[in-house]
Amino acid sequence: MSDIVEKTLTALPGLFLQHQAAGGSGVPRVSVSSRLGSLIRSITALTSKHEEEKLIQQELASLKATVAAPNTTLRLMKECMVRLIYCEMLGYESSFGYIHAIKLAQQGNLLEKRVGYLAVSLFLHENHELLLLLVNTVVKDLQSTNLVEVCMALTIVSQIFPREMIPAVLPLIEDKLQHSKEIIRRKAVQALYKFHLIAPNQVQHIHVKFRKALCDRDVGVMAASLHIYLRMIKENPSAYKDLTGSFVTILKQVVGGKLPVDFNYHSVPAPWLQIQLLRILGLLGKDDPRTSELTYDVLDESLRRAELSHNITYAILFECVHTIYTIYPKPELLEKAARCIGKFVLSPKINLKYLGLKALTYVIQQDPNLALQHQMTIIECLDHPDPIIKRETLELLYRITNAQNVSVIVQKMLEYLQQSKEEYIIISLVGKIAELAEKYAPGNEWFIQTMNAVFSVGGDVMHPDIPNNFLRLLAEGFDDENEDKQLRLYAVQSYLSLLEIENALYPQRFLQVMSWVLGEYSYLLDKGTPEIIITKLYRLLINKSTTSETKAWIMAAVTKLTSQTHSSKTVEKLIQEFSVSLDTCMRQHAFELKHLQENVELMKSLLPVDKSCEDLVVDASLSFLDGFVAEGLDQGAAPYKPHHQRQEEKLSQGKVLNFEPYGLSFSSTMSSSGCTGRQSPAGISLSSDVSGNSAETGQKETNSLKLEGVKKLWGKEGYLPKKENKAGSSPELQPIAQDSTLVENVDQMIMKKDQSQALHHSEEEAEKQRLASTLFVGLGSESAVSLLGKTDTVSHKFRRKSKINDTKNREVTSTHNINCSSFSPLSNAPYEDNDHLNSFQDKEDIGLKKCSLGSEFLESGLKSESLTELHLVENFSACSLSPPSLFEDNSMEIFHPPHPTLSSFANEISLTSSLLEELNEHVHSDLVELCNNEMLKVSSCKIWKDDCLLLVWLIVNKSSLELKNMNLEITSTENFKILEHPGFCFPVIEAESTKSIQHHVQMEKLFTEEDLSGCVKYKVEEDPYIQLEFSITLSLLDFIRPMKICTEDFGKLWLSFANDVKQNIKISDSQANLPFALKTLQQKLRLHIVDIIGNEGILACHLLPSVPCLLHLRAHEGMAALWFRSSCSTLPDYLLYQCQKVMEES
Amino acid sequence: MIQAILVFNNHGKPRLVRFYQRFPEEIQQQIVRETFHLVLKRDDNICNFLEGGSLIGGSDYKLIYRHYATLYFVFCVDSSESELGILDLIQVFVETLDKCFENVCELDLIFHMDKVHYILQEVVMGGMVLETNMNEIVAQIEAQNKLEKSEGGLSAAPARAVSAVKNINLPEIPRNINIGDINIKVPNLSQFV
Repeated sequence: MSDIVEKTLTALPGLFLQHQAAGGSGVPRVSVSSRLGSLIRSITALTSKHEEEKLIQQELASLKATVAAPNTTLRLMKECMVRLIYCEMLGYESSFGYIHAIKLAQQGNLLEKRVGYLAVSLFLHENHELLLLLVNTVVKDLQSTNLVEVCMALTIVSQIFPREMIPAVLPLIEDKLQHSKEIIRRKAVQALYKFHLIAPNQVQHIHVKFRKALCDRDVGVMAASLHIYLRMIKENPSAYKDLTGSFVTILKQVVGGKLPVDFNYHSVPAPWLQIQLLRILGLLGKDDPRTSELTYDVLDESLRRAELSHNITYAILFECVHTIYTIYPKPELLEKAARCIGKFVLSPKINLKYLGLKALTYVIQQDPNLALQHQMTIIECLDHPDPIIKRETLELLYRITNAQNVSVIVQKMLEYLQQSKEEYIIISLVGKIAELAEKYAPGNEWFIQTMNAVFSVGGDVMHPDIPNNFLRLLAEGFDDENEDKQLRLYAVQSYLSLLEIENALYPQRFLQVMSWVLGEYSYLLDKGTPEIIITKLYRLLINKSTTSETKAWIMAAVTKLTSQTHSSKTVEKLIQEFSVSLDTCMRQHAFELKHLQENVELMKSLLPVDKSCEDLVVDASLSFLDGFVAEGLDQGAAPYKPHHQRQEEKLSQGKVLNFEPYGLSFSSTMSSSGCTGRQSPAGISLSSDVSGNSAETGQKETNSLKLEGVKKLWGKEGYLPKKENKAGSSPELQPIAQDSTLVENVDQMIMKKDQSQALHHSEEEAEKQRLASTLFVGLGSESAVSLLGKTDTVSHKFRRKSKINDTKNREVTSTHNINCSSFSPLSNAPYEDNDHLNSFQDKEDIGLKKCSLGSEFLESGLKSESLTELHLVENFSACSLSPPSLFEDNSMEIFHPPHPTLSSFANEISLTSSLLEELNEHVHSDLVELCNNEMLKVSSCKIWKDDCLLLVWLIVNKSSLELKNMNLEITSTENFKILEHPGFCFPVIEAESTKSIQHHVQMEKLFTEEDLSGCVKYKVEEDPYIQLEFSITLSLLDFIRPMKICTEDFGKLWLSFANDVKQNIKISDSQANLPFALKTLQQKLRLHIVDIIGNEGILACHLLPSVPCLLHLRAHEGMAALWFRSSCSTLPDYLLYQCQKVMEES
Repeated sequence: MIQAILVFNNHGKPRLVRFYQRFPEEIQQQIVRETFHLVLKRDDNICNFLEGGSLIGGSDYKLIYRHYATLYFVFCVDSSESELGILDLIQVFVETLDKCFENVCELDLIFHMDKVHYILQEVVMGGMVLETNMNEIVAQIEAQNKLEKSEGGLSAAPARAVSAVKNINLPEIPRNINIGDINIKVPNLSQFV
């Protein structure tokens, strides 16, 4: 420190002289500075905002003139800058001064420079174009011998610096890490932290230097480096486990008072440093017993040392508690931490109480008894005047909700909801209430009433999942058919009475829910004829405040109801009225309704009563139009192209010739492909594309589409993993025996306390007690379990019934479906339990076996509610949804032709062909044989899907024996990531049959070509395992996909990327034709040609999952100048290499 | 990370506005206004933490504030900062201001806006806490002040001007207000609206 002063002092005489020479006397200075004074004074004298605006505009105008004047001295400029800063702070734009701020920083002496830098950092933002002008100044100042200048430059760099110019200053700043002055080193570390934030890949190479900074002899520098470490450890804790020891040692020294007294704050040694270290240790120790082990001691010491004398010790304590509950638990420490939380909660200081509640919320899942201990405090906080405390309390209550206390807690939440106006509070609270109501509702009426409140308050801001879930619940029902009816009936009744109220305005979402329920379930009403309901809906329909989306819902409801009635005047009126509506959508609905009404039979079959959960088979391929289309095509009509395709072609048409061969005549192939599409109930777009039809059946069948839309949202599989995940995400409670006794003790204690208190406490107190008993009911020993969402007991009637069983049933009944839907997920499932598998061996039907295996897997996944497995389940269903599934149409059936060799061959061919046929919308490689022996052959095929690389392995059993326990294992490498479990096991492969497995592969690390290897192991009867190894080469190009963007977007992206590579390469004569060269690149590298202008072409691609790379190509006299830009620093190099290769080859 | 540091007076006039995250000009002003309204509503005996609301990043962000006589000091931070730690950081900042200005008052913040920024730069740099050691900060500032003094008594004149303003506009005797651990003399500045 003193050194800087010294250094600065040495610089002083010079400065002094300079000013004497340049500045003249102090007189103008006074006048200048008093200008700011007078400005401020006159502003404060004003009474209205309008006057202020006028005054400031005047001031700005005069400032503008001053700064633009050529004879304005830098000193005057400095004063002007301060005034500009003042004006900006008040919210007045002064962009004319920005350039002068930069100039001042460039040209001024120390003081002026300082103001200039300050103004720049306040005025500009990171992407401001003027900022580039500052880079040179910063570079110059970084090299200055004057410490103050260096400090200023480092400060500006850490506040605001253009990302693309980092390379210009990086080496200079790295040098500063070795500077002799600690303040410089510290600021350099901060500046590097900033770089790490905005461009992490650019500072990757100096991670070693960060470590050096961590070991710096100066505490300040070390503390600064902790910012970086906190950040990096948060991103990737496993990479820094080795530093745990160092952090622990540092913390020990700090806690032990080894630092200079200088660092004490209210006699607490470096509290902020301690907080930082505790956070880091928490991140490192999370779910890691070994690392946690290292930290127990120092945490214990921290807890002990933090004597409660000052706020800041509480800050440390809070951090300690947080860390203790984050890392792998140790009972003694937990006990101590729990006591600490008590201190917070019971503290009279509101801030500490708030933090106490926050801590309770955090730990409640691990230790529900703590809530019991503090129940009275929690009750008090519930009525606290501070809304923030109240909210935190509600958050806490939300976590301890169970079936017994749900109504009280939800009531409290609703009360709070009524008072709050902030949108984000409403959104989050409404979501919580809906979740609790769904999970723990004590009865039908309560549930419907609560949801009504949710819909009325949450209205149109709430998450769309809430109404969707609610409707799904109603539609799918529960196990008890009678209950379902009751619930639906009650809902219908309550909505009818709500609509009864005159002039009541309901949010649109609520109206949508109402109309759906009324349309679907009003048949449950005994007396109410559809006519009455239709009248009500009609009234809504003509209401001005109803949006067109809601109108569509209402219209759908009316249509449904119409099918249940014979004739209705209201419907007639409605049709008449809306047939001439200006809203085309409504008009269409009206016409549909009209036509349906004329054909009652069709209407009834289309809109059956209470069948919302059953799938409607829709011929989305519009195959019935095939004949018509064929006729059209034969007569020379152009095949249909979707809109986006037309647009694209339009864009490229003007500039490129079409080099692709003309397509085959459609009329010959169409009928067969149309057939395959029609057979499968799920096959939609495939055949329609081929037959040249529009897949967008769109408006045509809005009624049925509406239904479909609803169903899709609540699709059987779609929600399942999400829901289950939620239930399972609460960590499992370790059932500790002592726990329950402890609870009992606590209960007794509280009872005693309650009794004694009750004697001399007022009525009010008794009220609170009552509230407490209702709130905390079920938190006792036996229901501690229920806290954790494990309670899938009978009491939770509103839990959704397990979709698994449902799926299972369906799967068992229809094997046809299984083959198409459960195949792909099955292949991903990690099978560990061979017994399960063997037990199914007797069964003959492969399809059946598969399905039971699938559900078996699902069940086991759910039983052991561990998170990882749930994750898998999620994957699982995601996979099973992905259209189009491989191997539809029973292509997996086993063939039994007379000649074994021939048969397996035929089998393979049929498999391959079916595979290719099904996937002909994806580009794929040929089937490559990887390895084989006399028994078995493994081949594979790459499928370049739009969003991933799919590897399909085919395993062919050539022999006439059964292969047992067939294992396929992919060796994991750091270059790839396989999204599914890399291993797979077939319990048995019958003679002469073929199995297939698929893996989604992702690239983890860039490479040009890399082998992915694996092996298959199998058993023949009781012989030992036989192993076959294979490998397949994956290249970078397997992960490159075209990026379809327009020229304008290209321009924007181009500017935003920092990493570029340029190279000139020779091109052959054949490629001199630019479009041809581009075509080559497009075909070989899968680049997308964005545009061709003259002799320049631009192309775009992206590396999966989403790293874009742009290419600019200019052909000139046998040379092609390639210019790559990407957000990834290394990708351009790799692509350049590929480009060169392709160009040379062709 | 600290997203923003706002200082405004009891009437919502901004006295120091420093954003560490990029917001457009209008949004900045809106944030200042809304923060002021949020903070103003709160009594003195309720907690010093607030949720940032939809303006600054939603519920992950917190407003941590302290009220000193005529001024509110508000720090907007994300969840990676310790609430109590920031609360004391505000204290450190104010104490440092007090040391540098000798009995800091709102006027000092107005007339030496640039200086306040320099002091802040030594405490918080680019949204990260740089230094919490008051002596160190003051030493840095003093080193910079020496530079200024060297400019031939130029700083004396504005200082005189300021004190003149102080005297002219202050009919009431400055009152002592206890703020936590230190005493900052804060004049009643009701006329500075």
